[in-house]
Amino acid sequence: MGTVAAQSPALLPAAGLMRDPGGTGRFGEFGGRFVPESLIPACAEVEEAFRQAWSDAGFRQDLDRLLAVYAGRPTALTPAWSLSAELGITLLLKREDLAHTGSHKINNVLGQALLARRMGRTRLIAETGAGQHGVATATAAALLGLGATVFMGEKDMARQELNVHRMRVLGAEVVPVTSGSRTLKDATSEAMRHWVTCVDEAYYCLGSVMGPHPYPWMVREFQRVIGTEARAQCATELPAAIPDYVVACVGGGSNAAGTFAGFADTTAQLIGVEAAGGAAIADGRVAVMHGHRSYAVQDEHGQILEAESIAAGLDYPGVGPEHAHLHDIGRARYVTVTDDEVLAAVRRLARAEGILPALESAHAVAWVIRAAEGGELPPRATVLLTLSGRGDKDTATLLEVAR
Amino acid sequence: MTATISGTALGPHLRRRRDAGRKLLAPYLTGGVRADWTDYLLAYAEAGADTIEVGLPFSEPVVDGPTVQEASHLALRRGANVRDILADLRRVRVGIPLTVMTYYHLVQREGAEVFCANLAGAGVRGLIVPDLPVDELGTLERAATAAGVDLVLVAAPSSTPARLREIGTRSRGFVYAVSVMAPTGVRDELADTAGVLAGQLKQATDLPVLLGFGIATPAHAVAGAHVADGVAVGSALMRAVLDGESPAQVGARVAAMRDALDRAYP
Ligand SMILES: Cc1ncc(COP(=O)(O)O)c(C=O)c1O
Repeated sequence: MGTVAAQSPALLPAAGLMRDPGGTGRFGEFGGRFVPESLIPACAEVEEAFRQAWSDAGFRQDLDRLLAVYAGRPTALTPAWSLSAELGITLLLKREDLAHTGSHKINNVLGQALLARRMGRTRLIAETGAGQHGVATATAAALLGLGATVFMGEKDMARQELNVHRMRVLGAEVVPVTSGSRTLKDATSEAMRHWVTCVDEAYYCLGSVMGPHPYPWMVREFQRVIGTEARAQCATELPAAIPDYVVACVGGGSNAAGTFAGFADTTAQLIGVEAAGGAAIADGRVAVMHGHRSYAVQDEHGQILEAESIAAGLDYPGVGPEHAHLHDIGRARYVTVTDDEVLAAVRRLARAEGILPALESAHAVAWVIRAAEGGELPPRATVLLTLSGRGDKDTATLLEVAR
Repeated sequence: MTATISGTALGPHLRRRRDAGRKLLAPYLTGGVRADWTDYLLAYAEAGADTIEVGLPFSEPVVDGPTVQEASHLALRRGANVRDILADLRRVRVGIPLTVMTYYHLVQREGAEVFCANLAGAGVRGLIVPDLPVDELGTLERAATAAGVDLVLVAAPSSTPARLREIGTRSRGFVYAVSVMAPTGVRDELADTAGVLAGQLKQATDLPVLLGFGIATPAHAVAGAHVADGVAVGSALMRAVLDGESPAQVGARVAAMRDALDRAYP
C-alpha cells in the first residue's frame, strides 16, 4: 500500500467509471454484500427498490424538488479570493456547508428517506460519527413523518454534544454505543445489529459510501448531485471549464465520491484527503468489514485498529469500496494530513474567506495549502474543493485546543 | 499446500450420532478468553458435547450480542490471535471434532487456502463464517473441501425458500439455523421463528440441523431439539466463563443440557 500509480487520467478508459456496479455490487475486487444471512433479504429489497426508484421520473422529481426547496440546492461555488491570491492558484469552494443542516449528508438522507417511505418503512436507523449524518437523518425523518433511531459512540457524543442536542430536539432517539473504541466503527456495527431485529419495520439509512451492496453505489448516486452541479459551475467559472484538481476529504468517502462522480470522465486529477490517524488507503490493507471488502487499518493479526482523528467524521479505520478501486486503478490519489495541519487550515480559511469549515472539510483545505506552498501544485493551477460542512459543531473542540 | 488431517470428520460423526437417535449439542467458547481456555474444551467434551464451536475473536463482531462481544474484546486484550489459538488447539486432544466460528475478514486476510489448511493442521474439522452469505463463498468452498474442513452454512428466519434450498445443498457437516432475527445473546424463550425455520430446513436437506442463538437453558435445548437435530449454546456459557466459573462449573452446565436432552429424547 501507499504506492501511487502514475497518473495520466487522459489515457485511462474512464467511460465506465463510477457507474452501476451490477447485481454483485463490485468495484473491481471491492464491494460485495458480506452480511449475515439474516440481512440478505433486506439488502436485496433495498437494491430492488432503489433500482426502481432511480429509474422512476416521479421519484427523481420528488427528490429534486426537496433538494431545491428544502435543502437549498444548488449550493454555491465560491471563489476563495484571498486564499487563491496567497497560494498563487485558483481555488473554488463547492459550498456543501450551505446545505440545510450544514453538510452534504442531507443529499443522501433525503434520497434514502424518500426510498424508505416508498418501501413502506416507518422508522429510519442511522449510525453517526460527527453527528452530521444523524442530524440529517433526524431532519428528514421529521420532514417525512418517520421515526429515527441514531447510534453514536459515547466518545463522539461527548465531543459533538451540540449535534446530540440537535437530534433530540428534532425528535430522534440517540442511542449511546459503549463497545470497542466508542466511535463511528462501533456505532456502525451496533446499527447493523439493531437492523436485524426490525427489518420489516425500519430502514437502515447508512451515512456514507460503505456497507453492503447497494449502499456504496446508492449513496454515491445520491451524492452525485455535488459533482454534477460543480461540473456545470466550473464550466462557467473557469476558462478551461474543467479544474486541474478536484479535492475532497474522505471518511467513508461520500462527499468525495459524489464530487468525483462529476469529474471521473475528465482530465481532472482526483484527490481524496484522509486523516493521518485513520488513513485506510495510505496505511491499510484489504479488509472485510461492515458489509463490504475494501481497505482498513489493522494490526499484524488482522484486527481492525481504532482511528485517531480530531475530526469525528473521519475517525473511521475503513473507507468505501469504490475509493479502494479508484486507488488501485490509479484514477484517484489518496493523501493524508495531520490534525495540526487541519487546525491551521480551519483558522486560515476562516480568516481569509470568512468561512468556518468543519474539521472534516478542513482536511481538504489543509492538503491544498500544503501542496500549493510545497510546489506540488503548479502556479495558477485550478482547484475545485468540496467544502463538505460548516464548523459550528466543532467550536467546543476548537475551544479546547485553544486552551 | 498439503494439510495433515487428523481426527474424525465432522459430517459423518454428527450424522452417525443423529441417526442413532441422539440429539446433538454444540457448546461455544471464545478462543483465548482465558489463559486456561482449552481446559473448558476438555470439560465440554467430557460433559457430552458432540462438537465444540471455537470462536476466533474479531474486533468487529457484528453478529454478536453483548456477551460474546465482551468475550471477544477480552480475548483480544489478552493478546489472543488466530495463530496462537490454533497452536493451542494443536496441543489438546479433545476427542470430538472441533468447529471454528469466525468472521470472514480473518479468513480472507490469509487467503482461504492457507486459512483452511491451518485449521486442518490444528485438527479443526468444521468452519462457520456467519457474515459470509452463500452468494459470497467464492474460493472458500473449494479451499475448505480440499483441506477436509466442512464449511457449515447459516440459515436465518428471513431466508427465502430458494435460499434455504441452496444453503441446504451447499452446506457441509451440518446447517446452522439462526433461531431468531437478532444478534447472539441469552433470551427468555425460544423464538417462534425457530420452529418454522428448523421445519423448513428439515424439508430442504438431510444434513443435521442445529439451532443456535438464544439457547440458554436445558429447557431451551429440549425445546430446540424438538424441531431440530440439536442445539448450539454460546452466550449463556460465555456469561459464566466471564463471571469466573471454572472449567468444571461451566462443564456442569453443558452436562445439565446433555442430560436434559438425553432424558427428553431417550
Ligand atoms: C462535514 C463532514 N464532512 C465529511 C464527513 C465524512 O464523511 P464522508 O467521507 O462520507 O463524506 C463527515 C462525516 O461525518 C462530515 O460531517
